Amino acid sequence: MAHQSELIEKDILAYLKSQEEKSLLRFITCGSVDDGKSTLIGRLLWDSKMVFEDQLAALEADSKKVGTQGGAIDYALLLDGLQAEREQGITIDVAYRFFSTDRRKFIVADTPGHEQYTRNMVTGASTAKVAVILVDARKGLLTQTRRHSFLVSLVGIKHIVLAINKMDLIGYDEEKFRAIEADYREFAAPLGFTSITALPISALNGDNIIEKSSETPWYQGPPLMHFLETVQVEDDRDRQPFRLPVQWVNRPNLDFRGFCGTVASGTVRPGDEIRVASSGQISKVARIVTFNGDLDEAVAGQAVTLTLEDEIDISRGDMLTRPEAPPLYTRHPEAHLVWMHDEPLQPGQLYLVKTATGVTPGRVTAVQYAVDVNTLEQKQVSTLGLNEIGLARIELDRPVSFDPYGANRDTGSFILIDRFTNATVAAGMVLNAPDESQRAHLSAGESNPWAPRHITLDAVAATNLNVVDLTEEKGLFILELAQSIHDYLGKGNRILIRLRDLSQLEPVAQLAYEHELAFEFDRNGDGVSILLFKRGSTPLKGYGDDGTGI
Amino acid sequence: MKKNLTHLQQLEAESIHIIREVVAEFDNPVMLYSIGKDSAVMLHLARKAFYPAPPPFPLLHVDTTWKFRDMIEFRGRMAKESGMELLVHVNEDGVKKGVSPFTHGSALYTDVMKTEGLKQALDKYKFDAAFGGARRDEEKSRAKERIFSFRSANHRWDPKNQRPELWSLYNTRIKPGESIRVFPLSNWTELDIWQYIHLEEIPIVPLYFSAVRPVVERDGMLIMVDDDRLELKPGEKVEYKSVRFRTLGCYPLTGAVESEADTLPDIIQEMLLTRTSERQGRLIDHDQAGSMEKKKQEGYF
Repeated sequence: MAHQSELIEKDILAYLKSQEEKSLLRFITCGSVDDGKSTLIGRLLWDSKMVFEDQLAALEADSKKVGTQGGAIDYALLLDGLQAEREQGITIDVAYRFFSTDRRKFIVADTPGHEQYTRNMVTGASTAKVAVILVDARKGLLTQTRRHSFLVSLVGIKHIVLAINKMDLIGYDEEKFRAIEADYREFAAPLGFTSITALPISALNGDNIIEKSSETPWYQGPPLMHFLETVQVEDDRDRQPFRLPVQWVNRPNLDFRGFCGTVASGTVRPGDEIRVASSGQISKVARIVTFNGDLDEAVAGQAVTLTLEDEIDISRGDMLTRPEAPPLYTRHPEAHLVWMHDEPLQPGQLYLVKTATGVTPGRVTAVQYAVDVNTLEQKQVSTLGLNEIGLARIELDRPVSFDPYGANRDTGSFILIDRFTNATVAAGMVLNAPDESQRAHLSAGESNPWAPRHITLDAVAATNLNVVDLTEEKGLFILELAQSIHDYLGKGNRILIRLRDLSQLEPVAQLAYEHELAFEFDRNGDGVSILLFKRGSTPLKGYGDDGTGI
Repeated sequence: MKKNLTHLQQLEAESIHIIREVVAEFDNPVMLYSIGKDSAVMLHLARKAFYPAPPPFPLLHVDTTWKFRDMIEFRGRMAKESGMELLVHVNEDGVKKGVSPFTHGSALYTDVMKTEGLKQALDKYKFDAAFGGARRDEEKSRAKERIFSFRSANHRWDPKNQRPELWSLYNTRIKPGESIRVFPLSNWTELDIWQYIHLEEIPIVPLYFSAVRPVVERDGMLIMVDDDRLELKPGEKVEYKSVRFRTLGCYPLTGAVESEADTLPDIIQEMLLTRTSERQGRLIDHDQAGSMEKKKQEGYF
């Protein structure tokens, strides 16, 4: 097996001690069908000696029977688990594989590259910290490469390995390798990855997988295994404010009331002040109780039980947080949705929204836009179908605690469940909540008729395609522009604003002035309207019918 | 500077999270307890999840009546120590028909006494969630199974129609009669299990440790003579050998390995230095490729 250290034979206790400090890395591999993903993972398992003799015997037999390597060992067969997939010769679902070295244990999510399987990739990526994106050296970047990169960036992966595979088939040509790498860096620049590492490999021959290949003397970087063993992916979860979604209240007797859950971010110590996100109640941590004795401190990722100094009402669904940095507590999150079911999204229909703190009924009130995963362009849509991704407004039956997904994967994510079939139909990532503070401000404004109302032009207001209707606004208001709409206008899109009368023109002009936008004024039988746009920008596909009627 | 969690600490936390989620979301969960080392770890994690209370669900053992005597003794001890209710179910139809691994072959015997027995017990007690100790590294078809794995009212698994499973957000919704099998050890490997048993000093059945035991050699495996139901075939003779078990099941179907490893570190050392994967000791997997997938579709764990 993998752990060949002589230590195993000589001093097993010392070996076991050395293994206690191993870390864990979860990564995902993405590529299109023929890029050799399964072969690569098979090779990693093989070369880290995680294949046993009886499995080897089975692999040899299977390679002869159904292999694609002319009877030679077909590493991919180590992975293609289900019979149906074997027969089709493709991987059709997410599979998890394990291997370990003396430094790290690895969990690999192996996912398909087919267009119709976006959902599988998002699933596999949701728990991964690194993505290995395979490119066929002969073909360079394909549409799939771009799609996979966008998807992993959407799901919050920060570290990319660009594994340029089949280098043997292009004679280990450095020029071609460099060209593909340069193409990729240019394409990926807007996706916000922290690191991109390009490697010239051959999964089939084992070049630059475990050992540096003699075929690529011009390549100075580490082989893939070494990179995976050493890449620093530790996120800053420990430095973020404390969050503990309460999973279960443990009450074995009247003297003990423990709040069980997994620390989603931050750290907690006895004596720390905590706040209940829903009620705003404050208490202090009395003990951190575990089977192995009380802890002085619990950190992000640990599953613990807290007891508090005060008897306050807390149940599953609540979130314990640091008082000075509360999460969003909202009924109206705005979120990216990845639709995962054949049955398209029904806006307005009730779904079950499962978050870190439990299940709440809710509905999607509007899809602001969908993203074309191949071109990254935004398009106006009214719903989302299988494998489509969009920005949506959600309305929950009661407020739920969230963080933006970018700040915290655990408290910023949710799934949508169909109430009738119980299918998981979508994955959601909270962008923000527009916006409880402003709602509070708004109600204050209503009690004081002289205070202007703040209206944010996030595409909420523009639910009806690109039209914002202000004809019902009676009082003074100040317009604000959400970043998403600013970006949207920057891409050449237009928004039509309908006004009650001319007195409302000033806040629109003010908005245009502040954001360097242009507008056209129109008066017709229906009243006054303003077309807001960014000068000098035109949408790639022309205006078409964008809802403005112009 | 905060120390990062080790791989075992991360696996432990994930498993505890899963176990708590089941208790919070289901009405009537049960933990399938097979008495083996994986069950030992799963039980230990359940006790950790609810400490200082005992886990708020029973243990269920589907007893084929062919388990090693050491296992039965250990089963009682652990139930007592954990403070949990122990349910033992035997497929009485199978017993009446005299189904045994000798007379009916391993496939039919396993189907009747294990798979059928399990379904009977789940139906009898109307459990809506059942924890199992299976790991994804054990066998290929398990690698793609979800942690929360949906079962129809007929206990069938549909590998082509699994719910996507993202982050640590598990879809626990079912209709009456349907159920979910939950695998808290999905992401553990055999080595992780052993390391954790070592680190946490978790009790395991003595059969895992080497001792001199009576065995016969049959079909290339060493079968232990655990009671007088094992009839010797012509030419077979009982020998006393220093053996242990890498995996535990029904004694006539589980092969022992010759070994001197009688401490936990020795066992781990032996495991690391051998090159035969653990399920080889079980006759059940020796059918054609895909056999486990078929069994699982039919309701086997």
